[in-house]
Amino acid sequence: MDWLTTVDHKKIGILYLLAGGLFFIVGGLEAILIRIQLIKPQNNFVGADTFNELITMHGTTMIFLAAMPLLFALMNAVVPLQIGARDVAFPFLNSLGFWTFFFGGVMLNVSWFTGHVPDAGWTSYVPLAGPTYSSNHGIDYYVIGLQIAGIGTLLGGINFMATIINMRAPGMTFMRMPMFTWTIFVTSVLIVFAFPALTVGLVALMFDRLFAANFFEPGNGGNTVLWEHIFWVFGHPEVYILILPAFGVISEVVSTFARKRLFGYSSMVFATFLIAFLGFMVWAHHMFTTGLGPTANALFSIATMLIAVPTGVKIFNWLFTLWGGSIRFTAASLFAIGFIPTFVMGGVTGVMLASAPADFQYHDTYFVVAHFHYVIVGGLIMGIFAGLHYWWPKMFGRMLNETLGKLTFWTFIIGFHMTFFVQHFLGLLGMPRRVWTYLPGQGFDTLNLISTIGAFLMGVGTICFLINVVATSVKPRNAADDPWEDGRSLEWSIPSPPPEYNFKQTPLVRGYDAWWKEKMEGNREMTPAEPVGPIHMPSPSILPLVMSIGLFIAGFGFMYHRMYLIVIGLVITFGCMFLRSVIDDHGFHIEPEEQERGVHA
Amino acid sequence: MSAHEQAEGYLPHEPEKATLEGRNKILGFWIFLGAETVLFGTLFSAFIALRHNVMDGPTPAHLFELPMVFAATMILLTSSLTSVFAVQAMHRHKVGQMIGWLIVTVVLGLGFLGLEITEFNNYANEGHRFSTSAFSSSFYTLVGFHGGHVAFGVLWISLLIAQIFKKGLTTVTAPKIYVSAIYWHFIDVVWVFIFTVVYLMGKVG
Repeated sequence: MDWLTTVDHKKIGILYLLAGGLFFIVGGLEAILIRIQLIKPQNNFVGADTFNELITMHGTTMIFLAAMPLLFALMNAVVPLQIGARDVAFPFLNSLGFWTFFFGGVMLNVSWFTGHVPDAGWTSYVPLAGPTYSSNHGIDYYVIGLQIAGIGTLLGGINFMATIINMRAPGMTFMRMPMFTWTIFVTSVLIVFAFPALTVGLVALMFDRLFAANFFEPGNGGNTVLWEHIFWVFGHPEVYILILPAFGVISEVVSTFARKRLFGYSSMVFATFLIAFLGFMVWAHHMFTTGLGPTANALFSIATMLIAVPTGVKIFNWLFTLWGGSIRFTAASLFAIGFIPTFVMGGVTGVMLASAPADFQYHDTYFVVAHFHYVIVGGLIMGIFAGLHYWWPKMFGRMLNETLGKLTFWTFIIGFHMTFFVQHFLGLLGMPRRVWTYLPGQGFDTLNLISTIGAFLMGVGTICFLINVVATSVKPRNAADDPWEDGRSLEWSIPSPPPEYNFKQTPLVRGYDAWWKEKMEGNREMTPAEPVGPIHMPSPSILPLVMSIGLFIAGFGFMYHRMYLIVIGLVITFGCMFLRSVIDDHGFHIEPEEQERGVHA
Repeated sequence: MSAHEQAEGYLPHEPEKATLEGRNKILGFWIFLGAETVLFGTLFSAFIALRHNVMDGPTPAHLFELPMVFAATMILLTSSLTSVFAVQAMHRHKVGQMIGWLIVTVVLGLGFLGLEITEFNNYANEGHRFSTSAFSSSFYTLVGFHGGHVAFGVLWISLLIAQIFKKGLTTVTAPKIYVSAIYWHFIDVVWVFIFTVVYLMGKVG
């Protein structure tokens, strides 16, 4: 019950981790089924319809319900600690964001049980996804589920922007913020400016499907290319929403385990902003073959190639951080170091794809599949694994087993390269993506077999991680405050896991790498910026959960045209908003005596 | 310092910014309006892309009744002014005046909504329905989203007026008033763009 009403960012982080982990496993199983179908030519493991559903749900689940929540897990668990805050700016909204994401994700996956599964690809291009060609309820689950989940993401973005601007500890200037906090800040900006575009696209598609609107109906003056623009105006920044936090994690992990200050901190910050800015300027490189004309293609081509410059800055900064450092090869640092060459490979194919004339050849082949799995799995998922191994003791008070962690790393990275490296060649040989089977004798057979074996190896890696989690959870909670001993930022100056108020006294930040600086000066704790006193905490609330359930019910009402469900759902949601507005939350205080006893999260 | 500690004592000049909670709320709301800008920006883009595709339905030049729309525009612009008066009254701690101006704002908002509903009704009678054409769908979606925002604002500000009657002006209620005022200005600004892009550009073709 405590977990359903919590507004504590650390607990919400753990909830995001659980839910995101669950959806990651679901999406991973879908991937395994896809790979089993493609293990040999003319395989009959799943039908063509099921295959379409699998690729759609795999993509949608992994992007919206696995990758993003896992990032939200890390940012909830770490960012307030890194800036020396007691909580986020809006604890209630934080909880609401989690529950709307969760129920949106549940709604999407309910489709497996009602038999109408989204099957138009994760991009849901019209007219395929329009009412004419998708007349069952499959796409409705996509448009409504993602709208509900999108509310949660948007709230998270607003919350973390406000938190990082307003809640920093004294002395924590912007240019002293840890790199992870910086990337989360920029990611939040991207979320705030990209997600509303997706919402409009989904609303328009929903109106087309449910209320006979004509946004994307060419017969009535609609425009299908409009969907592509709206989707990718959101979709391309989304790529950077995913990868920037991974860059942040890698920066923290590399610098901690090289035991050196992050090389080129200011250029890192600048590069992050530049990537975010350019990220909004390149959406049409997903549409080179749509026929926008040579001028548009040339501009978007050049803008896309420009992104390689700030990304290269980051790669070299990590290399120079490692250079001359006394590197410790823990599981976390292995993931971070493995990330660097893997991500470079994804970046190189990105520049290849950015060339519009060449893209006409690569378009819709496995080359594209290989490229985006290199940046998302080889980039983001490796970053998340690095971050989880690194911050696990801070989140749970227990160290993950290093041997199992290294086993996870080696099985995962070898499996990963086996799966996706060969897909570059499959694409160059002409194997189209999203096709459920292929004929023998085209040179596809062996490469597909290797790819499927690799996918199983990645599955083994994930299972190793799960075993590690279970084995660790039964061990005593004995992680030290600074378990890696080389921690640099504020989260390592407080107990693992931190008490629910995080900092007994708000710390005074005296420079970049605040905790490292204190340690180098021989201090055993941060210099406090305030005397010991009662700490004000927000009250827990059940309203976010109820509000999200209301939206969930209303979503089904819209989908199946049941007026009473719409009314019930919206009354619940708006009723909760009403209660939230009229009932003042005075919160409560934790007195200094209680702090001495140690109120743990 | 927490919100309720201050609420009982002295009320500062700008009560909405007196607490960290209040400052967070205002900053967060500005960020939210940034997101809303993208939302309406995308709706405008869709409308601009589709506005010439009227199919068999009436054209915008034939359809739009500028005098009525102009009246609605003036009503909404005036309501923005009255909400400024309300916030100024709040800064002077004149609770009665503030409530008065908020009530005027709500009434003007209701007037705007009344005109808009009449207008939509007239259009529908002339064969300009939601599913007539891409133009009609994007028109009703864009203008309807704005109207929905006005309706939400009317309900919200009414609820805040009731809260002020019950709780008085405190450092908890002041940020709510302030934030609802910037929301109100925002939907006003959106309307200025709708008036220009949808109605004026529709009239000149």
